[in-house]
Amino acid sequence: MEKYRIDSSKGLEFGIYTLGDHISDPHIGKRISAQQRIQEIIELAQLAEQAGIDFFSVGESHQEYFTTQAHSVVLGAIAQATEKIKISSSSTIISTLDPVRVYEDFATIDLISNGRTEIIAGRASRVGVFDLLGYDLRDYEELFEEKFDLLLKINEEEVVNWNGQFRAPLKNAKVLPRPLNGSLPIWRAVGGPPASAVKAGYAGVPMFLATLGGPATSFKYSIDAYREAARSRGFDPKELPIATAGLFYTAETTREAQREYYPHINGGMKLTNGRGYPKQQFAQGADKRDVMNVGSTQQIIEKILYQYELFGHQRYIAQMDFGGVSFDKQKKNIELIGSEILPAIKKYTAKH
Amino acid sequence: MQVVGLSGSKVGTKTRTAMEYTVKSLRKKYPDIQTTLIDLAEYDVQFSDGRNYLEYEGDTKYVAQAIMEADAIIIGTPIFQASIPATLKNIFDLLPENAFLDKVVSILVTAGSSKHYLIAEQQLKPILSYMKAQLVQTYVFIEEKDFYRKEITNDDVLFRIDRLVEDTVILTETYTQIREEKEAKYGF
Repeated sequence: MEKYRIDSSKGLEFGIYTLGDHISDPHIGKRISAQQRIQEIIELAQLAEQAGIDFFSVGESHQEYFTTQAHSVVLGAIAQATEKIKISSSSTIISTLDPVRVYEDFATIDLISNGRTEIIAGRASRVGVFDLLGYDLRDYEELFEEKFDLLLKINEEEVVNWNGQFRAPLKNAKVLPRPLNGSLPIWRAVGGPPASAVKAGYAGVPMFLATLGGPATSFKYSIDAYREAARSRGFDPKELPIATAGLFYTAETTREAQREYYPHINGGMKLTNGRGYPKQQFAQGADKRDVMNVGSTQQIIEKILYQYELFGHQRYIAQMDFGGVSFDKQKKNIELIGSEILPAIKKYTAKH
Repeated sequence: MQVVGLSGSKVGTKTRTAMEYTVKSLRKKYPDIQTTLIDLAEYDVQFSDGRNYLEYEGDTKYVAQAIMEADAIIIGTPIFQASIPATLKNIFDLLPENAFLDKVVSILVTAGSSKHYLIAEQQLKPILSYMKAQLVQTYVFIEEKDFYRKEITNDDVLFRIDRLVEDTVILTETYTQIREEKEAKYGF
């Protein structure tokens, strides 16, 4: 775990992630400017740090209703604006980028942030980026596998010799600058069925598992498959951190949280995925056994601890700004995390 | 309420003829319902390549989006090689797996032989159920002999289509009402 800068004795890490979505607030029917949205994301990272949150990450989606396409630039600003919170991408779509450039960027962010930077590399659930950057969607799998391997190689080796299908060969290439402590934690983003988790396990890399909704036990299959795959290739699962990521919203009562948040999730999903979030499933989401962390602070504490018992993961990352949640409400959420949720989670999960 | 009539083939005219009558019957009986007829013969729809339906362009996006925005869909299909045509299957492949959640779907079949009667039951309904449709269980099955030069000549077929239209609308209204009542109780 040390290699990935995780100290399990301090208990479950708590993080925040944003996809940088840029959607009207359904409660007032108005959308803020892209500039304001980006400024608020940077400020949110600062507030998260002040509240004692461990981790903050920003994703890239290259299409309408998003604003952090240049997520590494935003992370550079966050690196400068914060002092101790860990920062990362979530995810970097490595398939359509040059791993050399990505590594240069993130190693630089690591130096700016004094060694707090990580990369979560993913395959993209929205594929507009393939057309935009000139890649063929039919190479979806291979582009990711090849470029992710190269990214890991650059992280391990200071002088790289490499040949591949989708990028010019590297001959005794030095990829500089190097990160502060020699290497960066690099995670594989995983969603959907266990097949993807198995690939992360075979590679022996940390897994970032997206968990949108549904019973937590459904996601346990991916976690078990990941650990088993890692073991089969000679890796020790105890050395490989797992992060789960999902929807989060808290208010005084569970009913109030549902009432405030439902229009955001429903409207946001409709715009970005073309389907709303069915009310029936959202209602079930309040149950302790469902992974969606929407509810009163007490309900969320119970949910996160239940998930912790089940998964034995090292980090939970909350998405609490999706679908045009106002900055005031984001601040309120951070405040409740810092004052109530975080202390309870740490108390139960840290080793004394 | 929005209803889409989908004529699922590029081959021949019988399904189109039956769907035209279906839409005419719907518009006559329910003038307030927004009704669209999509004949796949008139659109250049690409094969599904797995992307989200919103990320297609042109005709493909238009057809997928019209279906996704509908409250009810009346599917008209011929039977080819003892199955539904590839053009229709492709439409299902373009959509998310739960695309028909909270939608009513009804079926009209044209076929050259009565031997094909159970194709819709055994091949089309399982797809629609998997995609979470509320099905109008009874479908209209029309044989070649019921047509003469782009017209339906069998009054029994016309009556059955009228009943299919009525059942589609009544079930859509009913399911919508049930869902709204149920959702109101959630309190959010």
